[in-house]
Amino acid sequence: MNDNRTIALVAGVLALLTAATAVGQFLKRHPDRGLDPAAVRTFNSRLRGWWILCTVLAAAFWLGTTATVVLFGLVSFWALREFITLTPTRKGDHRALFWVFFLFTPLHYVLVGLNRYDVFSVFLPVYATLFVLARVAFAGDYKRFLERTAKVQAGLVVCVYCLSFAPALLQIPIEGTTVGPSGNFRLLFFLILLVQFADCMQYVWSRMLGQRLVAPAVSSNRTWEGLLGSATSTALLAAALWWAAPPFQLWQATLAGLVVAVMGFAGGMTMSAIKRDRGVKDYGTLVVGHGGVLDRIDSMCFAAPVFYHITLLVTGAKPG
Amino acid sequence: MSSAAVEDAPMLSPADIVAKQAPSERTGPNRSPLCRAAGLGLAGLARLLAGASVRWIASQPDTCQRVYFANHTSHLDAIVVWSSLPQSVRERTRPVAAKDYWSRGRLRRWLAEEVFDAILIDRTDIKVHQSPVDMMLREAGTTHSLIVFPEGGRSVTGEVGEFKSGLYYLAKKRPDIELIPVHIDNLNRVLPRGEFLPVPLLSCISFGPPLWLERGEAKLDFLARARRAVLALKE
Repeated sequence: MNDNRTIALVAGVLALLTAATAVGQFLKRHPDRGLDPAAVRTFNSRLRGWWILCTVLAAAFWLGTTATVVLFGLVSFWALREFITLTPTRKGDHRALFWVFFLFTPLHYVLVGLNRYDVFSVFLPVYATLFVLARVAFAGDYKRFLERTAKVQAGLVVCVYCLSFAPALLQIPIEGTTVGPSGNFRLLFFLILLVQFADCMQYVWSRMLGQRLVAPAVSSNRTWEGLLGSATSTALLAAALWWAAPPFQLWQATLAGLVVAVMGFAGGMTMSAIKRDRGVKDYGTLVVGHGGVLDRIDSMCFAAPVFYHITLLVTGAKPG
Repeated sequence: MSSAAVEDAPMLSPADIVAKQAPSERTGPNRSPLCRAAGLGLAGLARLLAGASVRWIASQPDTCQRVYFANHTSHLDAIVVWSSLPQSVRERTRPVAAKDYWSRGRLRRWLAEEVFDAILIDRTDIKVHQSPVDMMLREAGTTHSLIVFPEGGRSVTGEVGEFKSGLYYLAKKRPDIELIPVHIDNLNRVLPRGEFLPVPLLSCISFGPPLWLERGEAKLDFLARARRAVLALKE
């Protein structure tokens, strides 16, 4: 049994959250410290979101793999809902969308839960694409055909397909003496922690040193300094926590942290571009202070598949 | 509707209505537990499926007698507006719906009559002495609120059409009732006209501040003002 690592990780996260909450409450009670009260409010509401996130994750992990897959499935469903709500569709897309929501999305997660990598890796990108193209054509509305089908396709790939690689991590067979029964859960939590951390660091570094905006028209606060700083800090955190992520050596964990940060940044930029095009700031208002679900998982959607395949490479395991 | 006959009708006061008729028996807390449970369940399901977020803009939910008037884009409109109201208000609120749609088939009729406690209006058979407005007011009595769709039918384009005159006569006959504008956004994408399978997108229901018929306000002016009040809630 190597569950000491799990206990250490849980205790560490709890300690960190508690400390941060204490600081947040202190700053709230003492507004004379010269800190921007709006920034303190943002910090506190973000913290609340993390408490919720950690509680929900802990419950899902405790219930097991199936519960975790279902949880991610629900998140995907909700994110896709926000995505399609925001993108204009025409009446001719209605029936295709019905099957996308009620057949393809749930079935994909069933396949993930059954550990059928051979099927789920092509189900959405190939078969759902073909279906959507054909169904919209059958509906008889050819206006901006490629544009409309591409929107549905992009929504499916980003919100459903990519995100599902996160719970799929639980299915990768990992060998070694340090794994223990909860090794795969630690690996998934490691990914979530890195993604969240990279998001914050990007914000902090952009605020402190940000000079050169990556694309001013797309995002007014994402800078090259933020990207570099976030990649470096996340790689350092990954290195510091490498013992918690079972299959990784120290250098592999560091590299994974770096890649996760860069991919997360790319995800944020992509969603910013979509939001800018649609003229909105956030996708919805589910958890207070956290925008919509899609705002919270955009970096995760981009980081999860890469992290999954890095893990496959490192373990040399055959998926499925 | 034949407006000349209605225009001459005397103004009704709440006391007149009480004298004229007994309150409808199956409304409110008198309904069977099964119907109430079905109502609660369906209200929750409708909110979940339509992802409805509810906003009250310069307005508060209240159990006082009101007429909620909304733009009409989908069969889901009545049930989603109804389910957006707090439980205590919902129990005293009756949607006004088209008889030709809601009395077809046993399930639909049961839903309309027992669960939503809807007032079914026959759009095809409107008589001078049995005007829909009189029927609505009779069914509402002195306690119940109404949900109406003054466009008279679902809009195809998503634009809000011109209002029919029923709302004006409602306001004229019962000047004590608050008229609450309601804007329904995005439900036409959840269940468009002519479709029967819903797509679970997110919708938004906005309730606005009450308005009344001004003294001497012309019918067309009032209807235009009411329509603007709904449109104003769009953003």
